[in-house]
Formats: sequence, C-alpha cells, structure tokens
Amino acid sequence: MTTKSTAAEPTRVAAEPGTLVLLCLVAWLVPGAGHLWMGRRQKGIVFLLAVPAMFAIGLLLHGRVFPFEFSEPLVGLAAVANLLAGAPWVLARLLDTGSGMVTAVTYEYGNCFLIVSGLLNFLVILDAYDVALGRK
Amino acid sequence: MTSHFLLLVVFSFFVSLVFGVLLRDDPRQQFRTGALMFGGFIATALVLGWLMFPFPL
Repeated sequence: MTTKSTAAEPTRVAAEPGTLVLLCLVAWLVPGAGHLWMGRRQKGIVFLLAVPAMFAIGLLLHGRVFPFEFSEPLVGLAAVANLLAGAPWVLARLLDTGSGMVTAVTYEYGNCFLIVSGLLNFLVILDAYDVALGRK
Repeated sequence: MTSHFLLLVVFSFFVSLVFGVLLRDDPRQQFRTGALMFGGFIATALVLGWLMFPFPL
C-alpha cells in the first residue's frame, strides 16, 4: 500500500554540476540573482537591494575594502569577506574606492557593513544552491 | 551619519531583513522572524551598553 505525501515535492531545478557552478557564480556576482534564476522573485529582489545597499553604506562610512594580505590573517579574512559581496566589490576595486579613512569616526562601522554584506551574500549563495538541489 | 545608535539600527535592519527572508518562505513568517531579530539586536545592544556603563574600558 502506498501513501501519498501531502507536502509539495521540492523541484530540482538545476542538478547538473556545470549549471550549479554557473548558478553559484551568478549568485555571487549579482546578489539575489541565484534566487531570481530559481524563480524566487521576492527573495531575489530583497537580496538584490539589501546586500549592495549594505556595501554602499559601508563605503559611505569610510570603510576599507581590505587587500589580500595573508601575512596579517585578519586582513586576509576580511578581504575574503569583502570579495564575497560580488559585483559591489568588483566595482569598488575597479573604481578604486574603499581605501578607508582610519581617522573617521565611522571607520569601524564601515568595515562592519562591508564585511557583513559579503558574508550575508555567501549565505544567500548557499541558499540558492540548496534551492537548486531541491532541498528547499 | 555619525550617530552610533542610528548606525546600529540601520545595521540591524539590513541583517534582520536578509535573515528573515532567507530563513522563512511565508511573507508573514519572514516579517515575524525579521522583526524578532531586529528587536533582539536593539535590546541586546542597549542592555550590553548599560551593563558596560559602570565599567568603562
């Protein structure tokens, strides 16, 4: 005897490894794009607005986009966190902004916004990956 | 924008927004989770701030 589940079966949208890699790259580059790709419009739009807004606020607060100096582990880790923000990080590097002003009273706040925006985008990428695998 | 409290509120808003939307699928649940997290951020910061008041670094 078979029983029917009342819960909706999660749909596996993109199970191919190549598609998953591309999805993660797109989700990294444009925050929320992975969710938009998977048809989660509401989530995608929120991430698309919130993550770059946090990064922009971090720059306005004179935060620093950290260089990849792994001789100083915390600077290196902060650089990786910055990198995870995707397109905002690429733009900041291309436009040579985010040099940071240590004397500014908001410097540490700016760093906090910049780092956390990248880390949040990492969680968003992982969520998009789970959605693509049908886990959510 | 140099008010520490305002920056705390803005930071809490964005983090709560992303976590609320990330962790829940239903909009009402998203709002509830985000609001709880936002309130938790503010309340914790105020409590810790007052606890640190008698012990300045």
